[in-house]
Amino acid sequence: MHQWDFASVLANTDALAVGALGTLRIFAICLVAGLSLGLLVGLGRYSQRRAFYWPATAFVEFFRNTPVLVQIIWFYFALPILMPFSISPLAAASLGISLNSAAFSAEIYRGGIQSIDRGQWDGARALGMTFLQAMRRIILPQALKRMTPALTNRAIEIFKMSTLASAIAYVELLQQAKLIASLNFNPIEAYTAVAVIFFVFLWPLVQLTYVLERRLARDE
Amino acid sequence: MTILGVSGLTKRFGANTVIAGIDLDVKKGERIAVLGASGSGKSTLLRCLNFMEMPDAGTIALDGKVIGRRESELTLVRQRIGMVFQQFNLFPHMTALGNVMEGLRTVRRMSKPDARARAERELARVGLADKAAHYPAHLSGGQKQRVAIARALAMDPELLLFDEPTSALDPELVGEVLGVIRALAEEGRTMLLVTHELGFAYHVATRVIFLADGTIHEQGTPDEVLKHPRRERTQAFLARHKEFSL
Repeated sequence: MHQWDFASVLANTDALAVGALGTLRIFAICLVAGLSLGLLVGLGRYSQRRAFYWPATAFVEFFRNTPVLVQIIWFYFALPILMPFSISPLAAASLGISLNSAAFSAEIYRGGIQSIDRGQWDGARALGMTFLQAMRRIILPQALKRMTPALTNRAIEIFKMSTLASAIAYVELLQQAKLIASLNFNPIEAYTAVAVIFFVFLWPLVQLTYVLERRLARDE
Repeated sequence: MTILGVSGLTKRFGANTVIAGIDLDVKKGERIAVLGASGSGKSTLLRCLNFMEMPDAGTIALDGKVIGRRESELTLVRQRIGMVFQQFNLFPHMTALGNVMEGLRTVRRMSKPDARARAERELARVGLADKAAHYPAHLSGGQKQRVAIARALAMDPELLLFDEPTSALDPELVGEVLGVIRALAEEGRTMLLVTHELGFAYHVATRVIFLADGTIHEQGTPDEVLKHPRRERTQAFLARHKEFSL
């Protein structure tokens, strides 16, 4: 019979708090970096110019078809061999997760942009807008609305992917749980606590996105 | 005075030649109705004039200056040529006022109060001052098209292109849009109008062009082309139309 020991988890709340901060930090970095780089790559995938299309496509295919964990480990251990500088766990993990998220969100952006009626381009260009003006003022605002559910999913995915950073000992929730478990021999409780904390963070976030989606839909 | 000079204009889609070497001079104050069966290249001709479609051959000159193909040059040309579409192409995420202000703000970089004042004037001109705050989804087809006309007019175009502006409208809404276009005609604006409204073309146009197989098959005054067509295909086209319009 398993002797439940949540007391020793609760006794390490401060360690978990440090971990939570680490998780939020890497989430914020990867969310902003991943989704903005994704937009650039998505525009490249949408472009009819080979100079933009082919690099963007190669990027997407490479990062979609290799595991994030492998990328993180590779950035952490291989990059310092190839480059004359070492790289922190936060930087390596952020790089891996951001590039992976960029690859996936690029396809969301491309699909969203392509879903906008050609007539919207016509209307914008007939006024004398440049490609970028039309994209920024006319196409993207409408496309983003349609992409909101998919991008929200990406954000949630990024949040959970942050746990992969523990593989290179970046201090985040899972890493701290490992630490607590090894000190108190209570891995089940420690990891359960991590799951609960993730749920507590993510559930309100998801509810918020539902509100956002409804508000966006109302303006149509 | 020639505003737009078109010479040898050719456009192909794959193996299909849609515009086969059209020459056309548009003079200031002219109102040209472009007629033709579906597939005759009417819309493509219009869309080539402001480079919404890239011509494969030929030249287009605006005020005597041949237009190149660089985007920076094309955006300047498009600012001077207004276009109104069959499907309106209003921006659904902006109000009627926002639609009319958009070109002024983003392209002309006009200040917000100035753009707003100008847009309000244009909406009033098309009789929609009271719909300024409405989104396109809450406007009728006729109202949408009038907003689209106001949007084009706000840019002070030297030439207006109308691409079947009433073809997507319910019959009872056609009149209000034609009324606005007629008022613009009376102001002496230069325009090209692709239309199936032969009666409107007859009363408003100064010249009628009949397209067939991507070439100008026949052209002349409305009286010449619509009342006394000389060529067989023009006659057949008009006969088909008259079967339905009593």
